[in-house]
Amino acid sequence: MPTVIMGSARDIVEHCRVPRFFFFDAPLGNPCGTPGDRAMQDRNVRAAVALFETAAASETTVSAGETWGPDDWKGRYMAVTDENRAELAAKGEELRARRAERVPRSF
Amino acid sequence: MSEPVPYIDRSHNYYRAQGFSDVYRYAKHDSAPFAALSTPLADCTLGVVTTASTYPRASLEPRKVDSGRLEEGVTLYADDLSWDKAATHLDDLNSFFPVASLRELVAEGVIGALTEHFQCLPTEYSHKATLEHDAPEIHRRLVADGADIALLVPL
Repeated sequence: MPTVIMGSARDIVEHCRVPRFFFFDAPLGNPCGTPGDRAMQDRNVRAAVALFETAAASETTVSAGETWGPDDWKGRYMAVTDENRAELAAKGEELRARRAERVPRSF
Repeated sequence: MSEPVPYIDRSHNYYRAQGFSDVYRYAKHDSAPFAALSTPLADCTLGVVTTASTYPRASLEPRKVDSGRLEEGVTLYADDLSWDKAATHLDDLNSFFPVASLRELVAEGVIGALTEHFQCLPTEYSHKATLEHDAPEIHRRLVADGADIALLVPL
């Protein structure tokens, strides 16, 4: 079945390899466009859907002609700093303890 | 425009800082099979696949393939997923589940129709669960719903 993926994690999607990828360079969470900007979302979705017909070969990536705006978020997401290092280590301990109690998925 | 965020490297460093010794091996395939359109887009029925859920999930709750009615008033949940909760929000459905934009494309005749349902694909640590169970089940549901093509909108 022909597919198009709209996403914001370019390295992860291209590492995986997919047939058609529409990339919107934005914080993870809003692959179709900036919240509240319906006109931008419409333009992005239209461009993404066009890939069904215009992509000629697998692993076609097209970047949105739209920008999120300020890119100060890029350095902050999942950043490890001297300020949060101890907090992250403690969180890891907590996660390992909770995962031991995880209910396995039944198929 | 600045470079995209290197999520793979960033997440490896983050989980090492949390004390996990094995880095997550992101899915990587030898190739990506290309399915060309067999009918014009204007005659195609499109299905939508999201990683959000139709109900609130706890962070460690087992995830499952699910479906819901593809309509503009739908409520989706994704608090358990990894997205940038500091930089953005999910208060605008169409920013991550573009049913309103897609309906306009159908009205214009760009796309033939939308399927009656959308599909929820669980994000899974296990590649095997996705490849051997979830992806075939999502495909089965798309076909049963009359989809010719699918738009995937992972958060």
